[in-house]
Amino acid sequence: MAGGGATGGTVQSETYREARTLLLLPAWVTLGLLTLAPLMIMLVYSFLTKEFRGGVIWEFSLDAYDQFFFDRGLFGDEPPKIEWTYIGIFWRSIWQAGAATILSLLIGFPTAYFIATRPEGQRAFWVFLVTIPYWVNLLIRTVSMKFLLRDEGPLNDGLIGLGVIAEPLGIVNTNLAVQLGLFYSYLPFMVLPIYAAVERYNFALSEAASDLYAPRWAVLRRIVIPSVKPGIIAGCILVFVPSLGSFLAPDLLGGAKTFMIGSLIEEQFKGNAGNWPFGAAASMILLTMVLILLLVSARQSRKEAV
Amino acid sequence: MPQDRDIAIDVQGAVKRYGTFTALKTISLSIRDNEFFTLLGPSGCGKTTLLRMIAGFEDVTEGAIYLYGDEIDTLPPHKRPVNTVFQNYALFPHMSVLDNVGFGLEMLGKSKAEARARAGEVLEMVQLSQFAARKPSQLSGGQQQRVALARALAPRPKVLLLDEPLSALDLKLRKAMQVELKHLQRETGITFIFVTHDQEEALTMSDRIAVMSAGELQQLGEAREIYEHPRNVFVADFIGDTNLMEVTVDAVSNGRAQCHLGGGHRLTCDAVDGIGPGAKVHMSLRPERLFLSADPVADESLKGRVREMIYIGTDIATIVDLDGGPQFTVRSSNSSRGNARIFEPGTEVAVNMEQGAARLLID
Ligand SMILES: Nc1ncnc2c1ncn2[C@@H]1O[C@H](COP(=O)(O)OP(=O)(O)O)[C@@H](O)[C@H]1O
Ligand SMILES: [Mg+2]
Repeated sequence: MAGGGATGGTVQSETYREARTLLLLPAWVTLGLLTLAPLMIMLVYSFLTKEFRGGVIWEFSLDAYDQFFFDRGLFGDEPPKIEWTYIGIFWRSIWQAGAATILSLLIGFPTAYFIATRPEGQRAFWVFLVTIPYWVNLLIRTVSMKFLLRDEGPLNDGLIGLGVIAEPLGIVNTNLAVQLGLFYSYLPFMVLPIYAAVERYNFALSEAASDLYAPRWAVLRRIVIPSVKPGIIAGCILVFVPSLGSFLAPDLLGGAKTFMIGSLIEEQFKGNAGNWPFGAAASMILLTMVLILLLVSARQSRKEAV
Repeated sequence: MPQDRDIAIDVQGAVKRYGTFTALKTISLSIRDNEFFTLLGPSGCGKTTLLRMIAGFEDVTEGAIYLYGDEIDTLPPHKRPVNTVFQNYALFPHMSVLDNVGFGLEMLGKSKAEARARAGEVLEMVQLSQFAARKPSQLSGGQQQRVALARALAPRPKVLLLDEPLSALDLKLRKAMQVELKHLQRETGITFIFVTHDQEEALTMSDRIAVMSAGELQQLGEAREIYEHPRNVFVADFIGDTNLMEVTVDAVSNGRAQCHLGGGHRLTCDAVDGIGPGAKVHMSLRPERLFLSADPVADESLKGRVREMIYIGTDIATIVDLDGGPQFTVRSSNSSRGNARIFEPGTEVAVNMEQGAARLLID
């Protein structure tokens, strides 16, 4: 009898396993088709030879990576030196995305805190308000930002009207314009995870801290922020990563000096001037950096959870 | 302005309203220096509200609160030298036990090293030294409770506020903590204001008790006074078990009131100011101050018949139906002396009372 029972259990778990495989199939197909396959294509293309009018020649080559990191002179026959152009663009991208992330955090945290401390019935309304602008296409939003910031735009008019400044600030085509554009593009990605974390925060902890002589600032710094840190980290990643690869904001709001990695990649695939393997290689390098960043922050938060 | 240094907390005419709802109706009470003071009352009567007003988490709608003569009701919580043990502990989950306990001292401007040294001392006091490096989530409920206590005691507050700190613990642990709390209060000399809805806990721990109900102070006094001389029906009913009888006062003379209850049974007890002849009031008779006998031992013994016997362990309760009248519960200790007064259901008995067992109550 006992043996029969055991067999029954095995049969059941086999059925269960089959069903599970079947149920997971859509997920695997989606992941495979939409994530892994494009990545593999990119990886392969980055190691191919470029075709001059776009596209690739199916011949293995390290040229794309070589071009990214090394300078071999105009005719490619000099001894290799480090190529600073692309590394510089990369560095600027990190800097721009970082500044946009910090800006989002400075505005997003108080916003999220404000929403999470409204009476329960009102919170959905405030979240709704935050997300409304994002129903409009990113391109249109970015162009509108340009209209707001330009020398004849409402920002400068307003400040001049108030007597704060005498001359227009000339923000368009600067790093600041790009940072503001990125900030505005991705702000909800900062607000929403922090909001979710603050909503779960136990406000009795703030009371306990102020009972123990902590002034408001210390309550925030020592108790609230450490408690909602996972939300802050998630928000920063969600703003930083797309900002890093963004090309709309730098294209529309910036100038030649604000060129970012996203635009560099975009150019390689546009029209006839492109270089597909080089674009693919730059994408792979960007992807690697983002992966490293994610791994480091994941390890960090795991260490703190213990 | 009260300048009395013997009064730790003086609440003067404190009122708390939430919109149109009045949670506290003009409470005035003085809590003495170095006292174990208890706020006792059923859930929702306003104990937490009063405690939070003293701590500074709720503002006072009307009235004032003084700490050793200084008005504190306008100060923010972090400027009041009182600390709170919260009902759900509210320990900081991301800090070690040691840092939790040292937090208040750090905020008072002590160096990290100093704070840790003092935190270590206090942890020793509550026997938690070996857990100093753990996070609160790695402790049992009882241990977390002690950490909360240590954290509140570490900055040496002038007054410690405890909001039902033991309610989440099981009975055995609870009894042990009651003893420990009482001990800590004596050892530290800090004034404790302890909130509970458990009358037994209040009676065993407190120097004085304030009984509250529906936002009002019902009675304030020492445990014995409140138990034996309850001022009104609410207090008599809430503190301990009692037989509450409706009685009619027939005559008052020489400080004694003659009354009768349903079924025509007559009783004499101490007169109470404000209750005159003809008054229909309640009378409280504590079950343990009554005893049964086969034959009446006095003129005023009440005749009845045993309905039921309930075995409680330490005691045996007997329920008696009086002839043509109300029901009485009589308690006797489960001992050879007490058991001599136990009667089987159906037996005819007399209910007798000790001197002073019956008390007239204002409604
Ligand atoms: N923030 C609030 N808003 C409205 N009513 C409240 C609030 N806090 C407490 N109350 C009400 O005040 C009364 C007293 O509450 P509380 O002091 O918590 O009682 P206790 O601690 O004695 O159980 C309750 O009726 C409660 O519903
Ligand atoms: Mg309460």
